[in-house]
Amino acid sequence: MGAVSPETSPLLAVAPRDRRRRVVNRIMEVVASIAALAAVALLLLVIGSVVVKGISALSFSFITQNPAPFGQPGGGIANSIVGTAELVGIASLIAIPIGILIGIYTAEFAPSWIGNSVRFSLDILNGVPTIVTGVFIFGLLVVGSQQSGWAGSVALAIVMLPIVARSAQEVLALVPRSLHEAALALGLKRWRVVLRIVIPTAAGGLVTGAVLGIARVAGETAPLLFTSSVFSNLGITTSPSQALPNIPVTIFTLSESPSPTDHARAWAAALILIFMVLVLNIVARTFHDRSRRRLRG
Amino acid sequence: MSVTAQPASRGPLFAGHSKLSDRIGEPLLRVLTGLAALAGVGVLVWIAYTVFNQASPAISRFGFGFLGTSAWDPVHLRFGAVDFIFGTLESSVLALLISAPMSVAIAVFLTELAPRVARRPTQILVELLAAIPSVILGLWGIIVLGPFLNNTLEPALNGAFGWIPLFSGSASPYGMLSAAIILTIMTVPIVSSITREIFDTTPSEFKEGAYALGATRWEMVRMVVIPYAGPGIVGAVILGLGRALGEAIAVTQVIGNTAGIHASLFPPSGTLAAQIASEYQGATSNLQVASLVYLAAILLVITVIANAAARLIVSRVTAGREQWAP
Repeated sequence: MGAVSPETSPLLAVAPRDRRRRVVNRIMEVVASIAALAAVALLLLVIGSVVVKGISALSFSFITQNPAPFGQPGGGIANSIVGTAELVGIASLIAIPIGILIGIYTAEFAPSWIGNSVRFSLDILNGVPTIVTGVFIFGLLVVGSQQSGWAGSVALAIVMLPIVARSAQEVLALVPRSLHEAALALGLKRWRVVLRIVIPTAAGGLVTGAVLGIARVAGETAPLLFTSSVFSNLGITTSPSQALPNIPVTIFTLSESPSPTDHARAWAAALILIFMVLVLNIVARTFHDRSRRRLRG
Repeated sequence: MSVTAQPASRGPLFAGHSKLSDRIGEPLLRVLTGLAALAGVGVLVWIAYTVFNQASPAISRFGFGFLGTSAWDPVHLRFGAVDFIFGTLESSVLALLISAPMSVAIAVFLTELAPRVARRPTQILVELLAAIPSVILGLWGIIVLGPFLNNTLEPALNGAFGWIPLFSGSASPYGMLSAAIILTIMTVPIVSSITREIFDTTPSEFKEGAYALGATRWEMVRMVVIPYAGPGIVGAVILGLGRALGEAIAVTQVIGNTAGIHASLFPPSGTLAAQIASEYQGATSNLQVASLVYLAAILLVITVIANAAARLIVSRVTAGREQWAP
């Protein structure tokens, strides 16, 4: 390095340059703070718009009634709420068990190169545009048949799977090795160690991943656009062999309409959806923080 | 691993378990979890196969020329992707040009500036931005952002910088600028949270060293934190890019969905994902459907490459960092 002289080193510079450095520092601090503030402001701006515009159209009957027939005023989105619950429910039943099994496989059984490849593939799967997932399920389950709740649920499950699996892998890797080794040393077989010790220890983190996955797909529109978006009637549909009306597609359709009353209904539906999604996210994050703290000790 | 000796006494954990259950349970769990992992990897291959298969009528009709053809005419059955490829790249790159520096600044704020009690709440608020469903962001784009652009921002930009082609022409509530702004909002939480995680791995010895040499906070960030995170920031930005490239719903709501390449940011345009979302259901011919799926195939290839590159960079940067601390 050699000797550092005050003339050549910016770090040891004196008076006038010093002042400039302090000013630059101050400016950069302000810029960084403004950036963070701007991001939070954007969040509040969008949520604020949804709340302000949604609350005026929201009523008890909006939640409990089905849409009014075309051209008539009033009516709600009860059918979409039921449909979304059903679609997300079936998707969860598919994606959560498979996701957790994948997590167990990479944490317990897989050689590290296979574990890394699985992790990498899941990251790539997570990056597949959800519209492409929709096209995939359309080609697989809808072409030659018809739109259905099953097709929509499978599409959502594919979106959900990498989220659940990746977070399961991460939380299972945090379970202390010493617990494992103690159990194995007692003569327990691996599968018992997994079921009796690893999973209970990591339960909080596994729930976090599942809830984050649910929150993510509850608001997904693109995978449902080709799989569960054309509805035979305005009532509540419970059979997943038919297309299930759902909140995201309803918002999408209403938002594309030129009518202001449709826009008001879109905002009210958006308020219900955003409330669900934000609550799920906050629940997941609280769980996450708590379980990490416990696992890290 | 073969253990033949019986444990001398069976503790409570062993009570009631015969060796038979071990002989079934052990391989069962192994096989089940292995199959699940195989399914997770396999679905990726299956998606690619199905998409290319469904696109094959258009692929055999237009070949690779599709990628360079500027046409979208469902009536005369002339289709090409170049307008949408361009629109996809333009909207995403514009979005990242804004969101990347903003995200780095947010990460600096969260790791170096914010008071300790404010860090986690601010971080959660920024990340909640990613939780807003895209259809709601699109609704906001149509009803709040669109009119603002049309009546205020675009006329102002045109008045001040109208001589630059980007800001020429008349204002429009639907268009490239609107899409870029929506994508900026979507990518900020992704890029900033990954950048923050990488910043957090900077060894505190390095930081303290810089401070001890008399560096100001900004100089420390510029000379230590950012160079140390260097390639990781690039990876985070590419991940954000991957998200922006593939966003269909919010973009289709605000971009106007027309073919054509414009110098200006104001007129309606189209992207690969948005075009699929807006036309798939109303498609009138098999060739149009196949062409739309061809767009999906192109989009799949682009996003897989972007994501693979980003993940490799990020994992290489973060690998071994935790162990570094002495």
